[in-house]
Amino acid sequence: MAKQEKQAIDVDRVDKIVARHASREGALLPVLKEVQDLVGYLPEEALKRVALGLGLSLSRVYGVATFYSLFYTTPKGKYVVRVCESAPCHVQGAPEVIAAIERELGVPFGETTPDGRFTLEMVSCLGVCGVAPAVMVEDRVYGNLTPETVIAVLQEYR
Amino acid sequence: MKLTINNLPVEVPAGTTVLAAAEKAGVRIPTLCHHPDQDVKGVCRVCVVEVEKSRTLQAACAFPVAEGMVVRTNTAAVREARRVIVELMLSRHPKDCLGCARNRRCELQALAEELGVRDVRFTHIEKKHPKDESTPSLVRDPAKCVVCRRCVYTCNEVQAVGALFPAYRGHETVVVPAYDKPLLDIACSLCGQCVHACPVGAITEHDDTDKVWAALADPKTHVVVQTAPAIRATLGEEAGLPPGTLVTGKMVAALRRLGFDRVFDTDFTADLTIMEEGSELIQRLTTGGTLPVITSCSPGWIKFIEHFYPELLPNLSTCKSPQQMFGALAKTYYAKKAGIDPASIFVVSIMPCTAKKFEAARPEMNASGYRDVDVVLTSRELGRMFRESGVDWGRLADEEFDDPLGRSTGAAAIFGATGGVMEAALRTAYELVTKKELKNLDFVAVRGMTKIKEATIDLDGTKINVAVAHGLGNAKELLERIKRGEKTYHFVEIMACPGGCIGGGGQPIKTTNAVREQRIDAIYREDKRMPLRKSHENPAITQIYAEFLGQPLGHKSHELLHTHYTAREKV
Repeated sequence: MAKQEKQAIDVDRVDKIVARHASREGALLPVLKEVQDLVGYLPEEALKRVALGLGLSLSRVYGVATFYSLFYTTPKGKYVVRVCESAPCHVQGAPEVIAAIERELGVPFGETTPDGRFTLEMVSCLGVCGVAPAVMVEDRVYGNLTPETVIAVLQEYR
Repeated sequence: MKLTINNLPVEVPAGTTVLAAAEKAGVRIPTLCHHPDQDVKGVCRVCVVEVEKSRTLQAACAFPVAEGMVVRTNTAAVREARRVIVELMLSRHPKDCLGCARNRRCELQALAEELGVRDVRFTHIEKKHPKDESTPSLVRDPAKCVVCRRCVYTCNEVQAVGALFPAYRGHETVVVPAYDKPLLDIACSLCGQCVHACPVGAITEHDDTDKVWAALADPKTHVVVQTAPAIRATLGEEAGLPPGTLVTGKMVAALRRLGFDRVFDTDFTADLTIMEEGSELIQRLTTGGTLPVITSCSPGWIKFIEHFYPELLPNLSTCKSPQQMFGALAKTYYAKKAGIDPASIFVVSIMPCTAKKFEAARPEMNASGYRDVDVVLTSRELGRMFRESGVDWGRLADEEFDDPLGRSTGAAAIFGATGGVMEAALRTAYELVTKKELKNLDFVAVRGMTKIKEATIDLDGTKINVAVAHGLGNAKELLERIKRGEKTYHFVEIMACPGGCIGGGGQPIKTTNAVREQRIDAIYREDKRMPLRKSHENPAITQIYAEFLGQPLGHKSHELLHTHYTAREKV
């Protein structure tokens, strides 16, 4: 992770994103989203450019970036696997699905696999309680999962 | 609007909050995140009340009144809700009140007592967060933070520094600099206004009292103390006296009781600052130097400009602050005069300020060949030393400062309030430039709590425009005006703290704008009391130039009394 942190970021492209939004009120969220789309996460160097460009303090930009769970201030894997930890998924077998994923990928939730392919995340609700337990990989949702079928889902991203 | 609070009728204008209406009706509602000088935050919920026809309890600080509203502040449901809210805070707050710097001055502690909290019904889960002791000025202990956001308001809205902001989410929320970095590594002015905002002990001054006790106990060390102009107008509060009580003579007496070998006065070097800075102003005015000259006494302001407006550093006066001039002279001029080895002299400053601790530690502040100022104590720390030593304020008789570094004028006294340096400089500049006697010494246009004050002064044909800002948010506004070139200014005074030094980050808790006003009154009473009120009339100043310095801006002055600045990063 430390190695990726040091990767040079394309400051000019970050500045261009900031410049495109700078004049309008409430520019911070769209800027953060576009910068994350560009870089993959929100490194300190990029947030400094955002703060300077929008005339905001870095602490405010960091505060906003860490408030929203879909913003990342550390590098994440190529695919983000989100598992619902709410009650409906829980009673339908989410703990077994979670255990299977951790076993398969060899890292606990909240972390990224050493090959940088998967980041595992717990989320509150995916809004698909009808097909609990559910998992979301990137922007695709998978429902009615079992410890076996979730491994098959992960295989699609190997 | 007419409403009733606990069956008491009260009439207030539309837009008034229930809290303000209750205050008018004489009904006290407890608060925590509410602050008289800040906008509504409504985050802590301690002030909840019952509003008839409202489904849930409402936060009185944020809820506007309505015609015919029926409010109850003292029902069983309200009392229980408030108690639960405070218990929830306590369940995540360290139980170390006895050893906390804010013991007996803590709003959470007071609330728990006021609301009758005895047992906390929730499991105690302490916040785990390391202390930040990176700077010589401030200690941040986020484990004690109740996330009321008062410091956030002060740091961002009042001071425009933006060092602190809430990060993360939900119960993990913590008020920190970006990336949770230590204050030393970020763009923080170290003004300490966050200390005044904080209701608990999450931000305090760095305590240096032990170093002073040790120096006082060492017979081989000659310990001298200097007291900043603002201290005499605030120190009484540490002894329980009302804000605005002047304690100059008692303070001197109490310092002697503590064991200081000499009790000197920063007011002496404040007068000296006027000689140097006034001469610098006249020099820049007459030789086409960089204008406006901006004052350099306030170290929080200096750190702010170094971070945020490095392009304006050439505008700063090169004068050291009175504190640092004093340190440099104590270990040269005074050492020589008194025949004491400067290596054995220990200089203690009593300052209204947390940034002064950083200033004294700056690597360039060693003009005497030693560290010029050894330890800086805030008025709060000195208050603690007095309490610990058992000084009985009520029975102390007034005493005088020691010579020669204890002589001063009213011009020096007003350094403690916003506009004071400006006024003091004008009193001297007028007479130096015009060679006429100044009849009216009171430049009232530059006094008081108005955010930015301006005046045009006629120096016998030469009109100079002056401006005064206090609080870094106001300073920023003034600097932007200067950068836009809207108006030509010749001389600008900036103080980092609202109200000037009497409102400094090291001053007694609690410092609000209302308290600041009372302290400012005291400062001008002190000025009126002084037999001499112009810096250049101070005989000790005449003497030091004759015996030691030569002339203002001379070689020796340059060596000992002037400094340079360092551009720093903005983010």
